[in-house]
Amino acid sequence: MSATLASPAPSGFGRMTLRLVLIGAVLILALLPVLNQMPTDSALHVSDFVVTVCGKWITYAVLALAIDLAWGYAGILSLGHGAFFALGGYAMGMHLMRLIGPRGVYGHPVLPDFMVFLGYQELPWYWLGFDHFPFAILMAMAVPGLLALVVGYLAFRSRITGVYLSIITQAMTYALMLAFFRNDMGFGGNNGFTDFKELLGMPLNTPNARSVLFYASLALLLGALWLCSAVTRSKLGRVLVAIRDAESRVRFLGYDVTQHKLFVFVLSAVLAGLAGALYVPQVGIINPGEFSPANSIEAVIWVAVGGRGTLLGALLGAFSVNALKTWLTTVAPDLWLFALGGLFVAVTLFLPRGLIGLFTKAPK
Amino acid sequence: MNAAQLTAPAPDPLLYLDGVSVVFDGFKALNALSLIIDPGELRAIIGPNGAGKTTMMDVITGKTRPTEGVVRFRDHDLTKLDEASIANLGIGRKFQKPTMFDKLTVFENLELALKAPRGPLACLRWVLGGGDRARIEQTLEEVGLASRAHDLAGVLSHGQRQWLEIGMLLMQDPELLLVDEPVAGMTDQETEHTAALLVRIAGRRSVVVVEHDLEFVRALGSKVTVLCEGSMLSEGSIDHVQNDPRVIEVYLGR
Amino acid sequence: MKRHLLGLCLALLLALPAAAQDRFASALAGLGEGFGQTAEVAERLGALGDPRAIPLLRALQDGTLRRTPAGAVLLPNGTDAATGQPADATGAEPVRINNRVRQVLRGALGRLQLISPDPAERLAAAEAVFRSPAPENVPLLQSALTQEREARIRAQLELALAASQLRADDAAAKRDAVARLGTAATTEARALLIEARAANPEIATAIDVSIAAIEQRLALRRVVETLFQGLSLGSVLLLAALGLAVTFGVMGVINMAHGEFVMLGAYATFVVQELCRGIPWLAPWSLPLAVPAAFLVTALAGAVLERGLIRHLYGRPLETLLMTFGVGMILQQAVRLAFGAQNREVVSPSWMQGTLMFPGGIAMTQNRLWIIVFGIFVLLLVVAAIRFTRFGLEMRAVVQNRRIAATMGIRTGRVDAMTFAFGSGLAGLAGVALSQIDNVSPNLGTGYIIDSFMVVVFGGVGSLAGTLVGALTLGVVNKVLEPYAGAVLAKVCVLVAIMLFIQRRPKGLFALKGRAAES
Repeated sequence: MSATLASPAPSGFGRMTLRLVLIGAVLILALLPVLNQMPTDSALHVSDFVVTVCGKWITYAVLALAIDLAWGYAGILSLGHGAFFALGGYAMGMHLMRLIGPRGVYGHPVLPDFMVFLGYQELPWYWLGFDHFPFAILMAMAVPGLLALVVGYLAFRSRITGVYLSIITQAMTYALMLAFFRNDMGFGGNNGFTDFKELLGMPLNTPNARSVLFYASLALLLGALWLCSAVTRSKLGRVLVAIRDAESRVRFLGYDVTQHKLFVFVLSAVLAGLAGALYVPQVGIINPGEFSPANSIEAVIWVAVGGRGTLLGALLGAFSVNALKTWLTTVAPDLWLFALGGLFVAVTLFLPRGLIGLFTKAPK
Repeated sequence: MNAAQLTAPAPDPLLYLDGVSVVFDGFKALNALSLIIDPGELRAIIGPNGAGKTTMMDVITGKTRPTEGVVRFRDHDLTKLDEASIANLGIGRKFQKPTMFDKLTVFENLELALKAPRGPLACLRWVLGGGDRARIEQTLEEVGLASRAHDLAGVLSHGQRQWLEIGMLLMQDPELLLVDEPVAGMTDQETEHTAALLVRIAGRRSVVVVEHDLEFVRALGSKVTVLCEGSMLSEGSIDHVQNDPRVIEVYLGR
Repeated sequence: MKRHLLGLCLALLLALPAAAQDRFASALAGLGEGFGQTAEVAERLGALGDPRAIPLLRALQDGTLRRTPAGAVLLPNGTDAATGQPADATGAEPVRINNRVRQVLRGALGRLQLISPDPAERLAAAEAVFRSPAPENVPLLQSALTQEREARIRAQLELALAASQLRADDAAAKRDAVARLGTAATTEARALLIEARAANPEIATAIDVSIAAIEQRLALRRVVETLFQGLSLGSVLLLAALGLAVTFGVMGVINMAHGEFVMLGAYATFVVQELCRGIPWLAPWSLPLAVPAAFLVTALAGAVLERGLIRHLYGRPLETLLMTFGVGMILQQAVRLAFGAQNREVVSPSWMQGTLMFPGGIAMTQNRLWIIVFGIFVLLLVVAAIRFTRFGLEMRAVVQNRRIAATMGIRTGRVDAMTFAFGSGLAGLAGVALSQIDNVSPNLGTGYIIDSFMVVVFGGVGSLAGTLVGALTLGVVNKVLEPYAGAVLAKVCVLVAIMLFIQRRPKGLFALKGRAAES
């Protein structure tokens, strides 16, 4: 509940510092793939692992921005954003599966391995077109966007707000998880998609592909940051904050709240879908576990930890919580869930404005 | 029975309520209420607690659907429209408990209320023009909040909040203003100022004021409607209703 | 049980007339003198219908039957089969059999077992005869039917008889069989009739009538069984949702750790079972003992959660949601570390095992029946606690007007804690029930929490009647859809349906009006 990035409220010294830190962080990030190319004995060398992990975190940061836009600004606490992320990931996964071509274990020219294994005779209709990269990217945006449009329309029109909306969106991702676990859905069931070979003509798992994907993610992050900041700085951003704080009052001013919420919810879902599409080629796998309700709520806690209602907070949260996760799951894997659960408790009880609240002045 | 026929030849009414009832769980909040507001009219509505004043406003602004009855604004059936559409038809409302957006500045609150395209894309592209800025600044002067333009609305005092909400109502530029207890928490001077402001607005717009403060109502110098138990008890000048024995009975006890 | 049967069987043996004994002894003549002779003996014994032939033929089948050079037949325990007396085994050789003998033996044994003293054996025999119908079985089956008392075996015998009669040339017997099959309600009977229809065009209409009758009965049975499964699932949902109806519905506190409380209840059941294991007379009663134990454990956990954390977040539902989710994670991980990630088994006590058979072939598993009973019990408990106790009165007072309740001397904080503890305790009770039908694992609760919230939202927040109707409706609809859509898609359909339903009635089936509905 801190002052928004967009608000003309007096910006403290802390905020300026934060902005400089952000620019510095982006520059350092942008250097990572270059440092990765340095000779391994160089002091500046950065391992493949670091590049991949940071690339993954960047897509997470985009997801966090998307959640923050809906939750921090418009008050829509979606516990189903993991589903939009996963749907984007599946769209990209389908493209990557098509690109495997005859290099699969069964060597079928068209059908992915799991379809051969399950006895498919031909490609299901909804797989058509996914051999084209632009189509796959389009679907990575359109499918989450459409789902958000339908679910959002039904929910917002009936004025389902607050925890009810959270429960509905959680049920949505749960239902999708159950559905994607099924083999007969044609999405690889339990195992999902993996063993990808190439993307845009580049063999994956090469330094070249790694840096291209990394820079693409970084570009997406900067684009998403620009877009979100444009939205939140505009009058629309102020309408959203108004809806978050006093929804019915906004109606009496003549604003169609359903339309505004729907706009931001769909926009947010599309961003999440794009993030998922860039996530999958970097981690090399997508399976129905991505739809698990726990994933969505974990992403929400990134935003809460960083500080919702500020775009910087979302980024800060995504990077810091994931850094903690990566470190803790290698050092003491049993403790990670305690730490994550503890974060939920600590942030809601003691740090309602998130980490960013430590650096900026609270509005009086 | 039909109030419209009794006041027939007058100009077409702006707001027309006929036989409106609202039932909550067997409790009749409004009981066959009829009310007509003409264009440009200033009307005061008084009545004891629970008389149905706020419920009446809820019905007009689409917050509550009437169980039965007709609610028309010009040619529009208000019972079929939602709050936003009704607001866009030109009905503005100030709430009994001043309600605004505490995390936005005073200026931004007025900007949101300003009459302008309300769609998400229009809001995204919106640029505050010089004319609009001037209007907002003029309203800020009018409601005495010019010095607080860039403070968050949440830090205002109760009286200032009343003023801000009146300012928001002015920014909406509605044809009909529904004003619920505008002077609660105001000083005598402010009350006078408000009465003058409402009288000034009324020539061009219709204004319906709900108020307890009879001095304020007298200052408005308008026709007064007395509500009781969900229906109209008496109507006329302030002197007329104050001398109406039924009104006296309701106000002074039975 | 077994002893009684043995006694009965001995009595029967003693009552056998001497003549029969002689016939049994004489039927043995020729056994072991070549395969042809042996087969004939087996055939004779099968037709004779003497229970003593069963162990003998079985020994013959196993190759443990021996024959002395003198011609006496020795059972594996060394007694003479003809006299039943111990006999001299010198020079005894196993009686050899070939495939032809084996085939005869199978038929003979099958027919003989129809009158075996062991009901399970009789049932198996009747099934075996049914699978290989032949006209010559008819007299045997008829005589077995006159003696048979047990309904299940009688039904199987009838079926076998009809099957054998349909193979016979007797048209009247066939018609009779078709008519009697029409009174059955099994898929086997229907399959038999459909098979017979092709072979017997002359009685096709009669067969069709019987098939139609069977199908009607089968459909009825399906309806009843689906309903039962639906009610059983519904009562599981009810149990899981009742606690939520109290914490979320009445108090307005959204507790995402509710599923973990259910899981704690299941683990409490497991612990009580392990503690009772060492005390033999207590072991069968560990489950009823687990009911209060699970309630207390989860109620305590709930009280600690409410006083320690949740009360600081009153009026901030979204924060409460996130915080309790975190608590749920911690609980899950703690249980995983303490008990291991693998499933723990909670054994149903013997009085809850098995299946109850109802007329018309309707089968209901006992543990599911018990869960329905338990669900009703808990519902009544909740209603009683809210309506008729001092605690319930204070709880309702605090919900309706906290300030006034406080001024009347009610310690609202204590009531909050107790209400939350009560709701959490109900989750523990759900855990006891779930331990009977699901795997007890650390993520037991996650599978139910979303469904339970759906029940509460669908039924109408804050309404116990809504929770009941909501739970049962969702349970039944789920089970009705399952055959058409599969379990997973049925669930998806239900979720979508609820979303659409909320369009029409955003406040659920039993909407509350007034303050409670506003938040």
